[in-house]
Amino acid sequence: MNKRTLYCALVVLALLAPLAVYPVFLMKVLCFGLFACAFNLLLGFGGLLSFGHAAFLGTGAYVTGYAMSTWGLTPEIGLLVGTLASAALGLVYGALAVRREGIYFAMVTLALAQLMFFVYLQAPFTGGEDGLQGIPRGQLLGVVDLQSNMAMYYLVLAIFSGGFLLIHRTIHSPFGQVLKAIRDNEARAISLGYQVDRYKLLVFVISAALAGLAGATKTLVFQLASLNDVHWLMSGEVVLMTLVGGMGTFLGPLVGAGVLVSVEHALSSGTLGAYVHVAMGMIFVLCVLLFRRGIVGEFPHLVSKLAKGIRRRLPMR
Amino acid sequence: MSIFPEINLFGLFSQLLVGMINGSFYALLSLGLAIIFGLLRIINFAQGAFYMLGAFGAWLSLQFLGLNYWWALLLVPVGVGLLGTLLERTLIRRISGEGELYSLLLTFGVALIVQGLFSKWFGVSGLPYQVPELLQGGIRLPVMYLPTYRVWILLLSLGVCLAAWLLIERTRLGSYLRAGTENPQLMKAFGINVPLIVTLTYSFGVALAGLAGVLAAPVYSVSPLMGSNILIVVFAIVVIGSMGSIGGAILTGLGMGVIEGLTKYFYPEASATVIFLVMVLVLIFKPAGLFARAA
Amino acid sequence: MKKLLHILAASLISSAPVTGSTAEATVSDGKVKIGVLADMSGVYADACGPGCLEAVRMAVDNFGGSVLGAPIEVVSADDQNKPDLGAAKVREWIEQGQVDAVTGLVSTAVTGAATKLLTANERIALIVGAASNAFTTSECSPFNAHWTYDVVSLVAGTVKPMVESGKKKWFFITADYTFGYDLEKAATEIITASGGEVLGSVRAPLGTTDFSSYVLQAQASGAEVIAMANSSADLVNALKAASEFGITEMADVAGLLVVTTAAKAMDPSVAAGMNLTAPFYWDMDEVTRDWSARFKARSSVSIPTALHASAYSSTLHYLKAIEAAGTDEAKAVMAKMKTMPVNDVFSRNGYLRRDGRLVHDMYLVRIKGPSERESENDIFVVEKTLPGDDVYLSLEAGGCSFALNRQ
Repeated sequence: MNKRTLYCALVVLALLAPLAVYPVFLMKVLCFGLFACAFNLLLGFGGLLSFGHAAFLGTGAYVTGYAMSTWGLTPEIGLLVGTLASAALGLVYGALAVRREGIYFAMVTLALAQLMFFVYLQAPFTGGEDGLQGIPRGQLLGVVDLQSNMAMYYLVLAIFSGGFLLIHRTIHSPFGQVLKAIRDNEARAISLGYQVDRYKLLVFVISAALAGLAGATKTLVFQLASLNDVHWLMSGEVVLMTLVGGMGTFLGPLVGAGVLVSVEHALSSGTLGAYVHVAMGMIFVLCVLLFRRGIVGEFPHLVSKLAKGIRRRLPMR
Repeated sequence: MSIFPEINLFGLFSQLLVGMINGSFYALLSLGLAIIFGLLRIINFAQGAFYMLGAFGAWLSLQFLGLNYWWALLLVPVGVGLLGTLLERTLIRRISGEGELYSLLLTFGVALIVQGLFSKWFGVSGLPYQVPELLQGGIRLPVMYLPTYRVWILLLSLGVCLAAWLLIERTRLGSYLRAGTENPQLMKAFGINVPLIVTLTYSFGVALAGLAGVLAAPVYSVSPLMGSNILIVVFAIVVIGSMGSIGGAILTGLGMGVIEGLTKYFYPEASATVIFLVMVLVLIFKPAGLFARAA
Repeated sequence: MKKLLHILAASLISSAPVTGSTAEATVSDGKVKIGVLADMSGVYADACGPGCLEAVRMAVDNFGGSVLGAPIEVVSADDQNKPDLGAAKVREWIEQGQVDAVTGLVSTAVTGAATKLLTANERIALIVGAASNAFTTSECSPFNAHWTYDVVSLVAGTVKPMVESGKKKWFFITADYTFGYDLEKAATEIITASGGEVLGSVRAPLGTTDFSSYVLQAQASGAEVIAMANSSADLVNALKAASEFGITEMADVAGLLVVTTAAKAMDPSVAAGMNLTAPFYWDMDEVTRDWSARFKARSSVSIPTALHASAYSSTLHYLKAIEAAGTDEAKAVMAKMKTMPVNDVFSRNGYLRRDGRLVHDMYLVRIKGPSERESENDIFVVEKTLPGDDVYLSLEAGGCSFALNRQ
């Protein structure tokens, strides 16, 4: 019941937010939030650390960008095409990667992502270092002009909510339960007769598709797809977002994305850009050493500790 | 020959030679990473930052202390090793035994901080560092002009690699090391100071990166970004050569240098990517790496 | 009495444009805001970066800090050479910050993304660092002013004399992105037109540290000139490898875009004697020396570059145009910018052409040898002035559609 109140409050907040905050900033947070949520589905609930998730973000971004600017597709079809392309790539990469575990899984995904980076750098349709520029936002269903930031914001919010609900549903389905069982004790899951690799592959594909959707949405917002989206540092950044917000929590990745995008934004003005990496590094170190559960993960602990402390001080009446 | 009518045999041979020299350098860098992983199970993403610190150490000690190349070659790795000691004692120790991935994230964070600060302080254009007088000039081979300093890189790297491999695989100290990290409880019972061994091993692995940094300073520009550019390549080498296998890292380093050299000849645009292609293939067909020991 | 009234009325009219109340009417939102978008910490930071920001501030200070009675504000951001970051910042500046003009604009990719947004929103782009000539030709816009140089003017002065002196066989080491391709293409056209031939080229990824393979390929080709179609750190590293492998003794090396910071980082004994085209040199004459001294006093740059001077010049000209136009409305300001001549520390005999190209004198310079240098910043000798109309592509050849149609 408590959780439902929280979610309702959040929805109201999200609906009103663009009145107070620059909508493009909010859209960026939501796009990266969805990306991190997708990543978290894999890491937090599937126990698989992918170090190459930028490949899916980038594929969604490039395919949607190309489809919309060259074929002139409408935004909704464009988003769908980008997401499907990313899911397809996820199927191929997943099939190769899920047979490996731990650090080897991380390394296969990293290496595969680097190959995609090469493709997007060299392929003739991607614009190399320039990326795809000037992608039209278009008109949603031919009616709503997305050139308006407000309209765009509510579309992004709807997409994020959809992705978020899908992840929520997945985790709470029987499929999600099996996934958790595999994460906690793979050998046991195998002995119970589950085809572990299939489960892993399916969650990998869902995660890739949602990451692609995030990339596609980002392309629409910024009207641009670039190599930054497929760079390995982006794969590192999404790990950081998830870690900061709280691995294996529902809202954590969104919070983490919010924190990181805010830090980057605060340091993007003036000549402080070099400190972005310093700040990110410090967050990494602090998280690993002190806040292993992340902001959202630590929060309940903090509250209960605080409550305990207060209870101890107050004499029982 | 008919497929590639344009192949210039001399050109190809010189590429192979240069590839091998680069490979020996990769081997030296991978060695430190492999030692740290093989013995400590720490994925040291800060290795590139220590490599950069080595090059900066050489540059700074020349600028401010007047120490020449040879002194730098001797002292800077020690200094970098001590920084490694500091890092291990203050931060890495706190997460020992909590899984490899946390060590990756922690050291990645440290690397970002160091790299960011150096970019801010020194700019990223790169600072010049002269080849020492003794090693200037070169040898005129039939196929190419081979700079003496590159020969020095080849010899020193291979020498250090061989010595380190012998030390760890063939001596009593090495067997203590391996035992101490594989079964700390037992070694403690034998009265061996395990935490000290861990610190020493980490510092040694990091000092190797510092040495590589000094070695690199005269041929590549001394730049804050030099570490991050090469780290991910070296990392791939360690994975391909099977994580933790010291001999594997050395041989893979050499091999990758040659493959990269060939790629630069036939398809230069892909030279930064070919290593990942190899990595994917290896992980698919021989997942534990090329030189995995039978467990 | 009637006469007095006349005088009063006349003085009222003549003084009208400078009073505060009118300024608010002509300057949108009560101030003029200039955004400096540049790579502040990456490979191009030393060429432009924080130095360009300071140069813009210096121009604003020299102008008096206000125009038409409205204050001038400077904001800045680090694009890290990433088009997505740059575009996001420009969008925010337009939608949130009421920025009137953006300068800096160093990497081609960022500049492409930024100019598209600025044009769509009718704001002015003062392009300082990007070298591609697309911004005044195929992708030209009535809101672009391309200040420092472009690939055509950079190769014009350097390449032709070398081919004519008998160096016919060329090989390119090209940075693997648009800027490199554009530079190679522009140089190739001149080489073939002057009777030389290009034996081949190799594309090295941006940020390559070890150029040994590439210089060996250049050597194997048998070329007489190895042209470096890259810049900054790539150029320095490529030259280092060329000298290391003894190639500089057998072939000439031509640097196509050499900013003073890169020239300073090169080994003087290797770079000595290299000829190149430069848009500006700090030690050129009294005016540049005086400006450079004042600039160095207020910024932390080690050596002023052409980009710094160009950022200063373009900002100053923009502000003068606002004053002359009596408004900060982009079209009116741009019209003034294109009618007023540009003569200052950076631009000599300069004029902003209809397509947005600043045509100004360039210089053929030679890099000094170690023994000629009197200080660490004593790098170039200016050998020859190259009149702007000779080195820049003509309006017709550029083919900028809106500029040609108006004829």
